[in-house]
Amino acid sequence: MILELHRISTTFLRGTANAVKALDQLSLAVAPGEFVTIIGSNGAGKSTLIKSIAGLAPPDEGRDITPLPVYARAAAIGRIAQDPAESTCAVMTIEENLAMAARRGQARGLRLAVDDRARERFRAALAPIGLGLEARLAARVGTLSGGQRQALALLMATISGSRLLLLDEHAASLDPKTAEIVMALTARLVEERGLTTLMVTHNMQDALRWGNRLVMLHAGRVLFDARGAEKAALTVPGLVERFHQVAEDKLAFHR
Amino acid sequence: MSQVQALVLNMFEQGFLFAFLGLGVLITFRFFRFPDLTAEGSYPLGGAVAAALLVAGTNPFLATLGAIFAGAAAGLATALIHTKLRINNIIAGIIVMTALYTINLRVMGKANTPLLNTPTVFGDVAGWFSLSENVMTTIPIAAAMLAIGGLLLVWFFHTDLGLAVRATGQNETMALSLGVDVDRTKMVGLALSNGFIALSGALVAQNHGFADIGMGIGILVTGAAAVLIGEAIFGDRTIAVWVFAAIVGVLLYRLLVALALRLGLEPIDLRLVTALLLLLALAIPRFRRRILR
Repeated sequence: MILELHRISTTFLRGTANAVKALDQLSLAVAPGEFVTIIGSNGAGKSTLIKSIAGLAPPDEGRDITPLPVYARAAAIGRIAQDPAESTCAVMTIEENLAMAARRGQARGLRLAVDDRARERFRAALAPIGLGLEARLAARVGTLSGGQRQALALLMATISGSRLLLLDEHAASLDPKTAEIVMALTARLVEERGLTTLMVTHNMQDALRWGNRLVMLHAGRVLFDARGAEKAALTVPGLVERFHQVAEDKLAFHR
Repeated sequence: MSQVQALVLNMFEQGFLFAFLGLGVLITFRFFRFPDLTAEGSYPLGGAVAAALLVAGTNPFLATLGAIFAGAAAGLATALIHTKLRINNIIAGIIVMTALYTINLRVMGKANTPLLNTPTVFGDVAGWFSLSENVMTTIPIAAAMLAIGGLLLVWFFHTDLGLAVRATGQNETMALSLGVDVDRTKMVGLALSNGFIALSGALVAQNHGFADIGMGIGILVTGAAAVLIGEAIFGDRTIAVWVFAAIVGVLLYRLLVALALRLGLEPIDLRLVTALLLLLALAIPRFRRRILR
């Protein structure tokens, strides 16, 4: 297993009347190379799950076996949020953003960050995306479109030693055509680098189309977990039916 | 010497010495996006440490180096309070600034240390060329030092560590998720900033012939005004342009202040002039955008 979560709980506004249990004794084990798509209604705990793994929202119950701060976890974890402004730095250039990502998990010293060799490497990595970014290495990231920024963020999350990729609705704010490009790039990079991936999405079709395992969250728990052939056989209506069925069973059980 | 000539010479002499302050403020004010009040203490700290060491007979270069390290330590203290105790960065700066007032008095042992018969870096360097210390020798010496300092700063902000420091100020979430230890980069940035500011204080003290406990009052606004004037002229571009703009901003600021004094304003009016300059520097870019549209 590359990632094991054992009965973790996270409560926001703990101890107040508005306390929200975002994760409720959630357990999840992910094997190396798995590409898990995560779906669930609003408030199901999808984003909290991603943040718990990244270290941004430490669980308040459950054993945290890696008590490392966020920056230290990032040595092995690439993460992209929905907002392009969060995963890339607008006032720095494309090559500077990539150079920072390339040093993930390594010491940062007084070596010039961008040299000709690095530029060559960045161009080679940017060219296959097909957005023309390889010709704009010295352009500020703030001048790029949302889709271009998310594509760049994907490269930044995968260009160096990360083994786990966390995607939190990274294509949700893009128009359908750009989202398609970003999703195709995601699948290609995950495949090429053999990355273990957790992808939160609102889009059921995306959840079915991509990845080799599907997890449905509800009220902070895993409601449904399908892999391999079982996942391949799933359809959107089937998924919806499954959701109602399991939710009702659980309700009946709790009664 | 004509009045204009004197005015221009004074602008370059004082401007080049204050430019180190501009570079220091640029780091916190522009890259870290907060006004670091440590400057109000680290600027006179630089003057006090250099003066105390010079009076004790230390070599001027070592005395100036000591001032830089003292300033860096002050910046480090602010960064530690901010990062380890999770105290707001402006408050952390105010705490260190307040503490430094006493420390500066203790370092000098009095409120004002005259440097009348002690050697200075300007006198020493001029001596290498068999010249004496005056405005015509101080200007090229200060310019050379500033060129070295400015180039070092531009180079630093293009290294791996420099990029991480910039990213910490511009987008902390991203820096964290790329594995940057932001506590460490904040320490580096604040130490660097206050090292430059203390260097400015040490050079000004040697040039003016004294270090005074009150020399830092309002210094952050001076630095911020200079940075903003430079930015109003050159706009927001590359690191090298930012550094150059900060230096030009300081020179213009000094020129405008000198002009205001020539026009009959008294020294007590200077703060009002500074406030107006700051306001103008902030307003100009907005008007420019409106005109372009």
